[in-house]
Amino acid sequence: MDNAATTAVHPQVLEKMLPYFTECYGNASSIHSTGRDARKALEESRRKVAAALNCKPQEVYFTSGGSESDNWAIKGTAFANRKKGNHIITSAIEHHAVLHTCAWLEKQGFTVTYLPVDEFGQVNPQDVEAAITDQTILISVIAANNEIGTLQPIREIAKIAKAHKVLFHTDAVQAVGAIPVDVQEIGCDMLSLSAHKFHGPKGVGVLYIKQGTRIENFMHGGAQERGKRATTENLPGIVGLAEAITLATENLEEKSSRIAGLRDQLIDGLTSAIPHCRLNGHRTNRLPNNCNVSIRFVEGESLLLRLDLAGIAASSGSACTSGSLDPSHVLLAIGLPHEIAHGSLRFSLSDTTTQEEVNAVLATLPGIVETLRSMSPLYADFMEENK
Amino acid sequence: MYSDKVLDHFSNPRNVGEIPDADGVGTVGNAKCGDIMRMFLKVDDNGVITDVKFKTFGCGAAIATSSMATEMVKGKTLKEALKLTNAAVAEALDGLPPVKMHCSLLAEEAVKAAVEDYMKKHPEAVID
Repeated sequence: MDNAATTAVHPQVLEKMLPYFTECYGNASSIHSTGRDARKALEESRRKVAAALNCKPQEVYFTSGGSESDNWAIKGTAFANRKKGNHIITSAIEHHAVLHTCAWLEKQGFTVTYLPVDEFGQVNPQDVEAAITDQTILISVIAANNEIGTLQPIREIAKIAKAHKVLFHTDAVQAVGAIPVDVQEIGCDMLSLSAHKFHGPKGVGVLYIKQGTRIENFMHGGAQERGKRATTENLPGIVGLAEAITLATENLEEKSSRIAGLRDQLIDGLTSAIPHCRLNGHRTNRLPNNCNVSIRFVEGESLLLRLDLAGIAASSGSACTSGSLDPSHVLLAIGLPHEIAHGSLRFSLSDTTTQEEVNAVLATLPGIVETLRSMSPLYADFMEENK
Repeated sequence: MYSDKVLDHFSNPRNVGEIPDADGVGTVGNAKCGDIMRMFLKVDDNGVITDVKFKTFGCGAAIATSSMATEMVKGKTLKEALKLTNAAVAEALDGLPPVKMHCSLLAEEAVKAAVEDYMKKHPEAVID
């Protein structure tokens, strides 16, 4: 139930990867036949990813994951377009890979606008347009939020960016494999994705870069990835990513409608069985695999530990799980007070999630909440006030 | 990240609840930071803590340190209870992760706040 954190590698993906550790271990830059075999597998993988994203193979750049793709997209275009301007627009609910990159760029002399979101976590495209200045060089808005699952109007934002001749990047790490992602249809210039979110291996991702986009090279060295990202290719990972994205995008509609059905059972079941429990994010305009709720008078980490003791893995946006004193920036951005944000829980489903697992959450969580509330001074005070 | 003892006190907390006619009650922490502890004391004429209960809103460490602190002050005199340190609570739990040490501090403060409340309500009492 924590598949937004990571997923298990699909057996078929693993099977495709294994030969590239041993018999096909060649370096794709070598001239000999082992090298040529590696090159063939590399380019075949690139074609598969291009087919899944509906772009040209030469627009697919393999990276080490979603964070690298985000870093490269933002820093790479910021520095390459510095003469044009120094202004970047993003949202308040981006992944830290985007937010911390933007914060670092601010130290390098760039200015960043962090757009607010509404109570459901949606960016308003009109706000994007209003924030554009003659200095704006890049807009980066997440396709689907990783915590609350809200889908963003990225197509409208892409149109606005295009009309103002500003580059548009979207972090689609949670979206790929969960909903259809077609870079032509979205109209983005860059898009980040990560294999381990859709049953691929960890440590490998993609940055889609539309042909003609001005971007600095990420890693200096050899000629790998058209000279833009040096380092001998992680071929087993790349082969795994290609297989995983192919599998993930097969019958996507059918799979995601089954998962959305389970998600709806969770949302409706939890919000009706647990008093003072609210859904975070939009009810319908959300990822089919995301259920995020806030449960008042209890704290998220306690909920996670109790769920874990019952054999259920979930995650929380409480401060205690973030390693800081503040709860998740996403929950605060949608207007939740700190004490309610501390009591948040995220269940994220995948293709392998079963009806039984959903039933187990619905059968277990209300009791856990009751136990924790029975020892919560906040709940005692609330009951006293509402006698 | 948590020791077995922390997990034991978290899943089977000792002395949870309230004492309706408590002699001293202390509440520390705040919901904004995600931790609130409330400690209830029953104290006899000799200044001995005969009963102690707690209610805590917070993470696993917050609940475990509250539970351990109640065990450590039960049956002790007020003077002894005031000597309870967060380090002692953490040690009794076989240690806490560094980011959770503030929870043990909260437990120490909750005991002190409850004793202070008792002293306020019983100005005649002396802790020598």
